[in-house]
Amino acid sequence: MAINQDIVGRIYPPAGTYTVGREKIREFAAAVKAESALHFDVEAAQAAGYADLIAPPTFAIILAQKADAALIQDSEAGIDFSRVVHAEQRFTHHRPIVAGDELLTELHVDSVRVMGAGAMLTTREEIMTLNGEAVATCISSLLVRAED
Amino acid sequence: MPTFADLEKGAEIGSRQIPVTRADLVAYAGASGDFNPIHWNERFATEVGLPGVIAHGMFTMGAAVQLVTDWVGDAGAIVDYQTRFSKPVPVPDAQDAASPATGGNVITVAGKVGALHEESQTARIDLTVTAPDTDGKDQKVLMKAQALVKL
Repeated sequence: MAINQDIVGRIYPPAGTYTVGREKIREFAAAVKAESALHFDVEAAQAAGYADLIAPPTFAIILAQKADAALIQDSEAGIDFSRVVHAEQRFTHHRPIVAGDELLTELHVDSVRVMGAGAMLTTREEIMTLNGEAVATCISSLLVRAED
Repeated sequence: MPTFADLEKGAEIGSRQIPVTRADLVAYAGASGDFNPIHWNERFATEVGLPGVIAHGMFTMGAAVQLVTDWVGDAGAIVDYQTRFSKPVPVPDAQDAASPATGGNVITVAGKVGALHEESQTARIDLTVTAPDTDGKDQKVLMKAQALVKL
C-alpha cells in the first residue's frame, strides 16, 4: 500500500499530556552519554537559573516519536512502519524543557515527496505547555522505502 | 563558558570518541521509547537488508551534541540542532566469550565554529561525525550536523 498524499496538511491533535520527570531526564541523558550536571543535579540546574533539571537537546524526540505513532497507526495514511528510515531531524528550542513541565504535542504533516516508488514524509511536531506556550518545534523527515 | 566576542569562524571546539555497544543501544531504546528491532536483533536487521544491528540515528545525534553541551557548559544554550542521517553506524556484538557489554563501534565527533551571527549573538557549531563501516572504512554518519548556540 502506497502512502496517501491526501494526508499533507493534516493536523493530529495532542493524544495526551506528557509530564517530564526528573528520572526520565537522567535516564535519557545517561543513554546519550551526557555528563553535564544540569541533567542530573537539581541544585546545579537551579544554580544555573533553571527551575529544575533541564533536558538534553534531543530529549524532545520522545514526544515527537510518540506523536508520529498516531500517524503511523492511522490506516488511512498508508505508512508501513517496517519500511521507514529516519532521514533528517531538527529541533528548535523556544526554551529548554525542564523537569515538571506538562507538555502537549501537535503533529503536522508538512509534506510528502514521492521518490521513485518510495516517499519522503516530513512531519512537524509542535510541543507546547498546557497554556499554549511554545516550547519546541521538531521537524522529522522519514524515508518510506518502496516495497521490494 | 565561551563568549561571543572571543570566537572566530573556523575555530575548533574540540573532539571526542564515543564508544557504542549493544548494551548502549538497549539503554537508548528504553530511554527513548524507540524499540525498532533493527537496533537490537541481528536476524531482523539482516532480513531488512542491513549489515547487522545498527545504532539509532537519534543515539548518534544525541551523543554527538554532548561535545557542544560541554563546550558551552549549558545545554539550554543550544537553541537549534539539526542533522541528516547519511550512513548507518554498525554495532557488532561482543566477540566470542567476551562480556556482552563489550564489542561495538566507536563514533568520532569533532566540532568547529561554522558561522557567527552578531545580531542574535549565536554561533553555529558544525559537527563532523564519523564511524567505521563493516569494512573498517571511516564514513560520515551524520551530514550537516549543526548546533546553534546562544552566547
